[in-house]
Amino acid sequence: MMRQLAVWLETRAGSGSLLRRLLNSEVPASAGWPQVFGGVALFAILVQAFTGVLLALNFAAPPGENYKSLVYIINGMTAGKIIHNMHYWGASLLVVVVVAHMIQVFLYGAYKKPRELTWIAGVALLLLTLGFGLTGYLLPGDNASYWRAVVVTQIAGHVPLAGDVANRLLVSTGDLGALTFTRLFGIHVLVLPAFTVLLLALHIALVCKHGYAPAAGDIRPKKRYFTGQALRDTLAIFVAFAALSLLTFLIAAPLDRLADPADTSFIPRPEWYFLFLFETLKFFSGSLEFVGSAVLPTAAIVALILVPFIDKRPTLRVARRTVAIGVVVLACIAWTTLTAAAVLTSPNPAVHAPSGEHTAWTRLAPEELAAIAGSPQRAALKDVPDFAIQGAIVYTTNHCDACHRVNGQGGKVGPPLNGVAARRDRDWLQRHFADPQKVSPGSIMPKYKFSPRDLDQITRYLLELPGN
Amino acid sequence: MKNVCMELSRTAPAEDLESLGRRRFHVVLITGLWGVIGAALATPAALFFLTTPANRSKAKWSAAGEASKLQPNVPALVTFQRERGGGWSPAAKETVTAWVVESPDRNITAFSPKCTHLGCAYHWANADRRFVCPCHGSQFGIDGHVLRGPATRPLDRYETKVEAGKLLIGPLRTA
Repeated sequence: MMRQLAVWLETRAGSGSLLRRLLNSEVPASAGWPQVFGGVALFAILVQAFTGVLLALNFAAPPGENYKSLVYIINGMTAGKIIHNMHYWGASLLVVVVVAHMIQVFLYGAYKKPRELTWIAGVALLLLTLGFGLTGYLLPGDNASYWRAVVVTQIAGHVPLAGDVANRLLVSTGDLGALTFTRLFGIHVLVLPAFTVLLLALHIALVCKHGYAPAAGDIRPKKRYFTGQALRDTLAIFVAFAALSLLTFLIAAPLDRLADPADTSFIPRPEWYFLFLFETLKFFSGSLEFVGSAVLPTAAIVALILVPFIDKRPTLRVARRTVAIGVVVLACIAWTTLTAAAVLTSPNPAVHAPSGEHTAWTRLAPEELAAIAGSPQRAALKDVPDFAIQGAIVYTTNHCDACHRVNGQGGKVGPPLNGVAARRDRDWLQRHFADPQKVSPGSIMPKYKFSPRDLDQITRYLLELPGN
Repeated sequence: MKNVCMELSRTAPAEDLESLGRRRFHVVLITGLWGVIGAALATPAALFFLTTPANRSKAKWSAAGEASKLQPNVPALVTFQRERGGGWSPAAKETVTAWVVESPDRNITAFSPKCTHLGCAYHWANADRRFVCPCHGSQFGIDGHVLRGPATRPLDRYETKVEAGKLLIGPLRTA
């Protein structure tokens, strides 16, 4: 039956012969491992699109809602944590692979005629990748992303002329509100993907048309993509995916506490791949800021686009391309130095400065406490006991806040829970959970059948709540 | 899976027996690795969407007026406030209706206002002593059973109880 389906598709769409033709495309005899990065980059984009769609179907963009929906995805949905982590680490992987791909193409001179347009499309894709990273990190609605959004919109707003447009687009004159974050979400999920799909289609079509660039002086007969190069691509993708999976399962994506616009002690810092720009800005303060934020980056992008027009000489063997190698080495040194400087000179963002303003965990809203479970801050906040975090998770997943108030958040149907330890003991609380009407006649609280561990944790958590 | 491997092997002929064997090995390796990647990505995605997320499944009782105001065998359209929220969203109050009937032996039933066919709001036709749905003509008796289709299920009921003379309406009974 599969055979019949294949024949049907072949006569209607020519799919079988198309696939055969693509797999049998010619690649230069010199093609090998250096040429795998493009395929890995494409794979990384697809992983981001896939995990991104899964997240977007459960995420709400407006301030407040964004954080809550994300905490819900992480704590309340099966495999939500995995998908969120994969999307987070996938972004870093994508940046690394895209840059590696660009460096390989640059070193091999694969941008030369007739591949100039492919290169330009590639530069546009690089910018889109950075755009995804920038907008994506402003969406979670935690304290870090909120303050980053403030800084980013401020920097954008200070650029002469274009800054005004940016402010209107992101509604960022004054406090950042629902429109800002909703638009950022729309840009990340609709606008950027649309451009990416178009540019990817162009880029890949051009690669298929012109083929991989052969090494200088390679006159050997070409070989077929399948199975040799296909296997290399597959293995490289598998290794990248294995690395991504390792990060996904071992290290949680950072999620700070709920955004606090009144927090004056928080020091926002960008994602690691933007740290070099962050450091550069330090050299251009005051009225010269736009030189660092707009002029230099634009000049760099223009220079990148012009590469195929600057270097029009015939291809040389990689080892003899001294200028190209020099440029790459210098760029790497500059990037590494700037990034290292940024890391070493800025204070540790995991610890709020000064410590006196750090809210005691007993005074956090249960949602914020529950969110600590997923964040790297967990290691830094040693004074927060595990039972409290687990207890807060039990509290939030059962939506106790619909009727009860803790630390100023929640409903007023039932009594507030702060200071409950002064009124009730552990035994009373546990009996109450099992059958509220029996212990507290007239109560409309439903019965809760917790596992022994959950019951223990939520009870201990509640008993720690301070009175008001 | 084997079909996929065989089809891929056929894409271009190998030159000799040794390269044929190596080619087959390559094909198996490529298909296998992509299979692993596909499964690794599909599993969390499937779990994500096919398992029920933690949800508000608790019983909430809403006040629905005085029980004494009900007359036996006279369905009354009662409105009450209910909190609705799904997933992470905070509970928001919404107005909900129910058809409440007290039987001669003082049993109170509260019917969901949605016809069990496609969910339209039905009404009580006193002259015919039956519930009638305007959308497709389904009819139900005072006890909720189907008198005329296209509905096939009897009317859904809310949990009810009376406390201190007040009627309380709870969650919709499942099955």
